[in-house]
Amino acid sequence: MDSSILIYTAVAISLVSVLVALIRFVKGPEKVDRIVAIDVISIIGITMILLLATLFKREIYIDVAIVYAILGFIGAIVISRFLKRGL
Amino acid sequence: MGNIFELIGGVFLVFGSISLLIAAIGLYRMPDFYNRIQIGTKASTFGVLLTIIGIAFLFPGWIPKLLAMLLFVLFTNPISSHVIARAAYFTKVPLSDKTKVDKLQEVSEGHLKKVKTKE
Repeated sequence: MDSSILIYTAVAISLVSVLVALIRFVKGPEKVDRIVAIDVISIIGITMILLLATLFKREIYIDVAIVYAILGFIGAIVISRFLKRGL
Repeated sequence: MGNIFELIGGVFLVFGSISLLIAAIGLYRMPDFYNRIQIGTKASTFGVLLTIIGIAFLFPGWIPKLLAMLLFVLFTNPISSHVIARAAYFTKVPLSDKTKVDKLQEVSEGHLKKVKTKE
């Protein structure tokens, strides 16, 4: 009971940080700025999935977080290689 | 006894999300792309690490899966940051005005000269 308040606080702070990173995603002057912003947003999403796993007490949600981490990593690498030398 | 562990885990979770907030604020306020990628990757990796430690305090039965997750994030996050920064440098994203040392420029220019003389 005691720790659920702290978990809710952590979820709220992560939501605020998603919003702050979204400002850079909209504003960013270069394409690469947007890629970095989407990378940070996906990492914050991983953290929020982990926090949801602790809130609902389901272990299977960690697998979802692992798959999301793999997809974010592959996406960042593919987009940056595309920028560097084309498909 | 279990209550103390819950409290420690919750505090770790809050500090992890504060670190993510620091990453986002740095992403907003830094003057240059290279500073932005530096703080974005470092602080967000630290935030994920603190969150996973906190969950390991809350639920000790989940430690194997959390360890796999931690190793994956710890290895792949710097790699993706490195690839993005390299693509940015070679597509000529401008550096900040306060930059004084650019060692990669000398190295890459020398490399280009070598390639041209060979051809």
